[in-house]
Amino acid sequence: MDVELLKPLPVPTPVSLPFWEGLAEGKVRLQKCDACRTWVFYPRSRCSCCLSDQLRWRDVSGRGTLYTFTIARQPTSPHFASDTPQLLAVVELEEGVRLTTNLVHVAEADIRVGMRVKACFERVSPDITLLKFQPA
Amino acid sequence: MAGVGQTTYYKHGQSPHAESRLALEAILNACADAGIAPEEIDGFSSYSNDRNDGPRMAAALGCRELRFSNMFWGGGGGGAAGAIQNAAAAIAGGLADCVVAYRGLAQGQFGRFGRGAEVGQVSGEAAHTTPFGLMSAAQMFAMKAMRFMHDHNVERSALRAIALASYQHAQTNPLAIMNGRPLTPEKYDDSRWIVEPFRLFDCCQENDGAAAIILVPAERARDLPHPPCYVLGATSGGHYRAGAPVHNTPDYASSHFKTVARRLYDMAGIEPEDVNVLQSYENFTGGVLMAIVEHGFCEPDEVNDFFSIENFLAPSGRLPLNTSGGNLAECYMHGLGLTIEAIRQIRGDSPNAVPGAEVSMMIAGPMVTPVSSCVFGSQATL
Repeated sequence: MDVELLKPLPVPTPVSLPFWEGLAEGKVRLQKCDACRTWVFYPRSRCSCCLSDQLRWRDVSGRGTLYTFTIARQPTSPHFASDTPQLLAVVELEEGVRLTTNLVHVAEADIRVGMRVKACFERVSPDITLLKFQPA
Repeated sequence: MAGVGQTTYYKHGQSPHAESRLALEAILNACADAGIAPEEIDGFSSYSNDRNDGPRMAAALGCRELRFSNMFWGGGGGGAAGAIQNAAAAIAGGLADCVVAYRGLAQGQFGRFGRGAEVGQVSGEAAHTTPFGLMSAAQMFAMKAMRFMHDHNVERSALRAIALASYQHAQTNPLAIMNGRPLTPEKYDDSRWIVEPFRLFDCCQENDGAAAIILVPAERARDLPHPPCYVLGATSGGHYRAGAPVHNTPDYASSHFKTVARRLYDMAGIEPEDVNVLQSYENFTGGVLMAIVEHGFCEPDEVNDFFSIENFLAPSGRLPLNTSGGNLAECYMHGLGLTIEAIRQIRGDSPNAVPGAEVSMMIAGPMVTPVSSCVFGSQATL
């Protein structure tokens, strides 16, 4: 019998909920510090630059560049065996924060550090949408 | 450094003995090597969340008194020199007189190291990595190496030179798991991708075993059976926000040694050109690449020329590297085997001794936070 393993899902917290709600609506939402103007990721209670608690959620474009990537041909967990090769990536958004993601809608041979990318939204459960990226 | 001890090294999960027994055996071997009675040990220094805690080891060994019991924070092998740093600091500070730095691991007994956790839900910072399938050190560190190689036009032959040197040195080390299993450039090039830019031979082994090193005050060096080997310096840490989660450290394409290396040279009173032989922890070859650069042995844009098998081979290479076979080909004892080899080079009993080696460096756990490095010197360096 084949058993499909459910992939690990993020659990929104009171602090991170606006981020996940934004993704469900097809929007990328980041925190920005009102005190020092720094953009913050991942979602925090205090600014990672000046420790202010005056962080406000803003909608952003979801555009950025591919900061680095790897093509993983050996899954570290059976949950991702069917996704091999995994296109793991770090994207730097225009606002300067970096996030972990997967590249989609791209051929392996076309992936380049520095390429322009844009957000796309992959709904993985009724409550959770993941932020992935494709060539812009 | 009074004495060193190792157990037989096994492939992961294949130790016939419990982990605590391995750790105790390594400590007893180090005691025998140092000519010191186990009951004299009064300090314990380990790292990587080692399960074999000092109080339990002290009870088993019959130590007369426990004065120092210490764990270096951080996973992986970031503490393979940090445990030396803490042991040396304890002795220098008068907290203990005979400290053992050690690491024991039996993955059959306790589960495989570094495997992705199989959990259904994730919160905290992991909520922003695990759902994408980013679960292993290999994946995270591959992306750091990829960015560094992009920034400095590093060719993959640089990574290959590291793997070839480790394997070649293992062929004359009877303790090495890969003794009798040489690696050729062709075999490396034909090996399967694990996580680009890392092929199979760019990734360390996973092993069971234990290793231990005994430190005593420098004044006792003359009474010990081996040629003296002194700690000239040992530092640990990381740069500004080096440990920032989800790839948000400002200086990302780094092995995290830029501040640690500078402090090490200052403490030891040496410069890179004074180092005769180097042990540099290979979790993955990409970490060695950045660590060698960040310790000042070559500039980032000189890597393609500097990283050659000729430069890395003992006895006569420009910078003999991982002369016991290292984590790739001797054993992955989270780097403590490399620390032992750095000591052997000063004592002259390395399987690939560098003639006249007076200054020997060990670099631990690149790309984690905190990382650590240490330098050993002969009597002539004092």
